[in-house]
Amino acid sequence: MEGDIAQMGQFIGAGLASVGMGGAAIGVGNVVGNFLSGALRNPSAAGGQTATMFIGIAFAEALGIFSFLVALLLMFAV
Amino acid sequence: MATEAAGAEHAKEGGLVFHPMDQFIVKPLFGDGPVGLFTITNVTLWMALTILCVIALLVLGTSSKSTIPGRVQSVAELVYGFIRKMVEDVAGKDALPFFPYILTLFLFILFSNFLGLLPMAFTTTSHIAVTAVMAVLVFLTVTIVGFVKNGAGFLSLFWVSSAPLPLRPILALIEVISYFVRPVSHSIRLAGNMMAGHAVIKVFAAFAPLILLSGIGVLVTPLSILAITAIYALEVLVAFIQAYVFTILTCVYLKDALHPHH
Repeated sequence: MEGDIAQMGQFIGAGLASVGMGGAAIGVGNVVGNFLSGALRNPSAAGGQTATMFIGIAFAEALGIFSFLVALLLMFAV
Repeated sequence: MATEAAGAEHAKEGGLVFHPMDQFIVKPLFGDGPVGLFTITNVTLWMALTILCVIALLVLGTSSKSTIPGRVQSVAELVYGFIRKMVEDVAGKDALPFFPYILTLFLFILFSNFLGLLPMAFTTTSHIAVTAVMAVLVFLTVTIVGFVKNGAGFLSLFWVSSAPLPLRPILALIEVISYFVRPVSHSIRLAGNMMAGHAVIKVFAAFAPLILLSGIGVLVTPLSILAITAIYALEVLVAFIQAYVFTILTCVYLKDALHPHH
């Protein structure tokens, strides 16, 4: 065993921060799942809404990317 | 991102020999001097290649102008029509003066994402410095266009007139914050996605030879190589989707600038 307690905190913090990426996964899954269930009810209206779906995915995913960024900063920049 | 981290020392420390973040280090192409403002680095090289590819696609695509399009011409027409339709659908007809700007953004991001997927290549869009410049330019364009077209009426973007009156100041605060977070999330989304994907590929790529040397490698190395292939396929998809998302968000922001009334 080597290293100091600050480094331990850094690694634990990075691990905790990456939990947030799971939230982004749930969010993106929700968006696409709801889009699909709506699209199967009314397939003729689905084509025009794919762009909206991608915008929703992008917004949900951005927050997951933020937590990934925090993890990376803890690992490599602190 | 935090890419100018130490390079070759990881092996000495007993970590991975191929550090997953080493691929993002900016280094000079010629010699080992420090990286200054005008040093020709690997970023310069791959950005120039990206622009050459875009120019080649559009110049070759429009050189023959035949009624029955050839391969290059069909691709060029497809991209042009795709982005033009996106601008019209999302931002409206009066956003068409900005179509060249949006097409340029899309083609640059798309080609640098795809070129970055080549083995040994450098992904320019994985650097926050590159994406931040594009996102801040979009933010400034949108803000200036909004104020020029609507005057002070642009501020009604923050005043949600459909909400009940007591709620409006709180909503205005939230809207202002979300407006100023736009360039941050816009740039980090692209850079973070590209960097994460490439780092994951590198981690699996480092797995394969490391584990081959130790006993169970015969079993795990093929699995690892399969995983790289699958993730690579996913990355091809992500490279396109991120370029698409960046451009479509630009269109959404432009729509806000041209029609700020809720």
